[in-house]
Amino acid sequence: MGIGTTTLLLIAVLTPLGFLAYRLGRGKALTAMAAGISMHSRPQQYGWYSVVWMGLPALGVAIAAALLSVFGVIAPARELVLIVSIAVAALGLAHGLRAIRPEVRARNALDRVIRLLLLSAALISIITTISIVLSILFEAMRFFREVSVWEFVTGTVWSPGDTFLEAAGRGDEVGEGTSFFGSVPLFAGTFMVTAIAMATALPIGLLSAIFMSEYATHRQRGFAKPILEILAGIPTVVYGFFAAITVTPIIVDIAAFFGLDASYSNILSPGIVMGIMIIPFISSLSDDVINSIPQTLREGAYALGTTKSETIRQVILPAALPGVISAFLLGVSRALGETMIVVMAAGVRPNLTWNPLEDMTTVTVSIVYSLTGDLAFDSPQTLSAFALGLVLFTVTLLLNLVSTYLVRRFKQRYD
Amino acid sequence: METEVKTETTAGAQTMSQDVNNTPAVDESTRPDVKMSASQLNLWYGDTQALYDINLDMYSREVTALIGPSGCGKSTFLRCLNRMNDLIPQVKLQGNVTLDGEDIYDHSVDVVQLRTFVGMVFQKPNPFPKSIYENIAYAPRLHGTGTSRSELDDLVESSLKRAGLWNEVADRLDTPGTELSGGQQQRLCIARAIAVNPEVILMDEPASALDPLATATVEELIHELKDNYTIVIVTHNLQQAARVAGYTAFFHMGKVVEFNDTDTLFTNPKEQRTEDYITGRFG
Amino acid sequence: MQRRLTGSAEDPRIKARYRSEKRFKSYTVTALFVAFAIIIAFFTDIISQGYTAFWKTEIKVTLDYNERAARIGQFALAEDLRDIVSRGATRSIPLEIRNNPELAGTTREAWVPTYSRVDQYFKGNEELPPEMAAQVESLKEAGIIRTTFNWAFFTSGDSKLPELAGIFSAMVGSILVLFVTLIVAFPIGVMSAIYLEEFAPDNKLTQIIEVNINNLAAVPSIIFGLLGLAVFINTFGVPRSSALVGGLTLALMTLPIIIISTRAALRAVPDPIRLGAFAMGCSRWQVVRDHVLPLSLPGILTGTIIGLAQAMGETAPLIIVGMIAYIPEAPGSIFESATVLPAQIFTWASEPRKAFVEKTAAGIIVLLAVLLTLNALAVFMRRKFERRW
Repeated sequence: MGIGTTTLLLIAVLTPLGFLAYRLGRGKALTAMAAGISMHSRPQQYGWYSVVWMGLPALGVAIAAALLSVFGVIAPARELVLIVSIAVAALGLAHGLRAIRPEVRARNALDRVIRLLLLSAALISIITTISIVLSILFEAMRFFREVSVWEFVTGTVWSPGDTFLEAAGRGDEVGEGTSFFGSVPLFAGTFMVTAIAMATALPIGLLSAIFMSEYATHRQRGFAKPILEILAGIPTVVYGFFAAITVTPIIVDIAAFFGLDASYSNILSPGIVMGIMIIPFISSLSDDVINSIPQTLREGAYALGTTKSETIRQVILPAALPGVISAFLLGVSRALGETMIVVMAAGVRPNLTWNPLEDMTTVTVSIVYSLTGDLAFDSPQTLSAFALGLVLFTVTLLLNLVSTYLVRRFKQRYD
Repeated sequence: METEVKTETTAGAQTMSQDVNNTPAVDESTRPDVKMSASQLNLWYGDTQALYDINLDMYSREVTALIGPSGCGKSTFLRCLNRMNDLIPQVKLQGNVTLDGEDIYDHSVDVVQLRTFVGMVFQKPNPFPKSIYENIAYAPRLHGTGTSRSELDDLVESSLKRAGLWNEVADRLDTPGTELSGGQQQRLCIARAIAVNPEVILMDEPASALDPLATATVEELIHELKDNYTIVIVTHNLQQAARVAGYTAFFHMGKVVEFNDTDTLFTNPKEQRTEDYITGRFG
Repeated sequence: MQRRLTGSAEDPRIKARYRSEKRFKSYTVTALFVAFAIIIAFFTDIISQGYTAFWKTEIKVTLDYNERAARIGQFALAEDLRDIVSRGATRSIPLEIRNNPELAGTTREAWVPTYSRVDQYFKGNEELPPEMAAQVESLKEAGIIRTTFNWAFFTSGDSKLPELAGIFSAMVGSILVLFVTLIVAFPIGVMSAIYLEEFAPDNKLTQIIEVNINNLAAVPSIIFGLLGLAVFINTFGVPRSSALVGGLTLALMTLPIIIISTRAALRAVPDPIRLGAFAMGCSRWQVVRDHVLPLSLPGILTGTIIGLAQAMGETAPLIIVGMIAYIPEAPGSIFESATVLPAQIFTWASEPRKAFVEKTAAGIIVLLAVLLTLNALAVFMRRKFERRW
């Protein structure tokens, strides 16, 4: 019996039992009331009270058994689990019905159950974070058992295995069985693409935000803001296509015009397109920040006889700086973790260079290429994805924390 | 700096129309020089009229207080004097305001230049998020009135001294202006305004956000500044007007109900509404 | 009288300041126009590359169900047409003959798709060898070749032959994945938000949950892919490439978006409404269920739609959990291997053949149209049901 069938069977038995429990519980309360006994709660609440007694312990048993077998503690037979759960449901139902008495506070009990359910839903996000950390950490540890941390951090050659190199067209360069896991070229590529992206996004995003919050009329703003937001709604795979098919050839042509040799998977093109993607983040966050600078500060500057641009550059922007920095950091965090644009438009060859017209590869590209195709969960190549993921997760987490901290400080100052 | 404010200078507006309800009644013989003057000034926010036919003179090196209940238009009027209302879209203006006889709403007027002559201090202290020194040196450097470091140092010192703040901050000019106490911040803003060397200083309830002790210091300061500057102050506080101002105008419902030297206005008001207000019957 | 207020126009210092004022403003305007120009260039580019995929070139042929065609379908065609007609058009003939032996020896006229290079030739995307070009031009003049709307693009799945490839199976995959995402993320998200906004005491645990949700919203999507791979596939044994694992992965990604927007919607309900209900003797849950939730429902749904739209465009985590398999047939359940529209776009984009560029761009047009509709729906709902308190 598969796990799906077991679940379906359990639901198929518990659902009618639930209806039964509700009707019986409510019926018992109604009869009691008809006999002139005053009950604490409404009859429906006694109905739900019996449903909870029937369902909750039974589901608890089933889930506990499932967790035990997933984590390999013990693996009880599924049939057994099913039977025990149903038995528990029947016992629970009997107990719930017997427990219905005038002085039982069904409503309060129900409120407690609901509160507990809501809390457990809220805990799922915590569990998600914990499982991200644990799963990545666990696999990364396995990786570092085979590859030294020192090599990973300082090595300048990344060639995890043959499949990867074949994809890169260098299958013959490295002898069989030798793999190197020096991540420096990957991080170099990631930082290069991030730097290009931010060099594109920051001026355009910030200046647009200044126009919208300081110069634009109400109507211009109402028009420009949603149009810029369109950029935020475009899926990254679409940006990737745009970078690979349209922007890259243009860059190669322009480079050729100046007598420069640009690769068809140069890092400049994905960098620029990633910058375009980040423009709305920078502009809308900066716009928020600039708008929350109190009007009195502007008036104070105007009253001294400053022009508008002097007010903006010398008073507003310095005051908004923490917010703008925070927007910048969020943008950087986006760029570091961005995957599709680089997978589609950047190279796969780890390359340590300062020339943005050459091809470079990034951390996210390596993660994708080590995890597509046939997976062998004991090969260092597959596990290397988790080591890279661990670094990526840690860095973006830190950036987000610093960024939220800056924004909170900023908001406190002007609220 | 382009604005939607429309200025319609009516012919002969310079000669004050002696409207019966609206007459500034200061004795001709004792009257000092007029520094700024508003005549037949009307102002609308969109469709709502906020000021009606204001005629008011502000005398040179005197403190003129504008009093009246909230929403009476006194702050709006104050902001007309250095065209701060230009910053609000949909403001429409009619009539004229002069500075030394020159119409400040003429199209050829450079608003930025105007504001170097007519400075302003606001209700809530609004120091820039810069050091104390930079708060004051900022505008002179911008306007080119102080260029060398030593000139600026002197200017910062003299402005802070005139604002009565020098002794408290002389040893920490590099700390951010925002870290001073409320009263100190307000005096810093006054010092900042003085550093531009204006002729007129507008003050919009400068003490309303301050504690009584800081208020007293600021009032004392206003008293001293009177010798060099023409001051127009909006205040909610009638005692404050009585303490600092030589002349007082009572605003009500967007009109100047009565204007006179402060003593006469408070002791012997001519209008019933003025009397009602200063005796606390409304407002 | 000296005109001090206007005389400054001649002052070089003031002139310089006004010049710099103009310059600065022009920078900001330029930045905005650059952004607009990029948007226009982007959409023009995608549409001009993709719109041709909605048409296809067809050719009228006589299919001869002869003996050789019973083994290899191509022999049903006249010899000079074999290079022009799509190989997919005759692929099923042997099977047809086996299933219906009475077809053998008959002939039939039909409009069938042309070979992709011929199709691309008529769309002006690709050159043909001169003699072939002359041949198809004359066929076109004879009315044997026509251009029709490419319904097959919407009704068929992926194919190795670009002229036959369509987005149907990817669309079905996307719908299945979003279905899983919705039924997992919506209840959990709304319940979390209700807990945090209406029930949670202000203690350490609540603060941790809040900080955690905000951080989760900013974790790179590829990390969620790693999580899906390590937890759902490796630990819980959910089938790789299935809509179930994709949906679960995206659900965890969408959860913070739904929680954050639901909390905003709940917060927008003014307190007097809660107090009024409490005063009538409602329990906390009854207040939420009967008063707060109905009032905030439009806001919650708007946030959910926006979250789903974002999930629909997501690719990277789905690649990590294996959803880039070649899927010609639409998946029948959430346990079967599936692909989604963005992943289909990705696989087509990595095809070297030129005919796939058009398909990729057309897939993008469809994806953007769906996302635009979803977002427009969200805006519409917000406008229509927004209540000002």
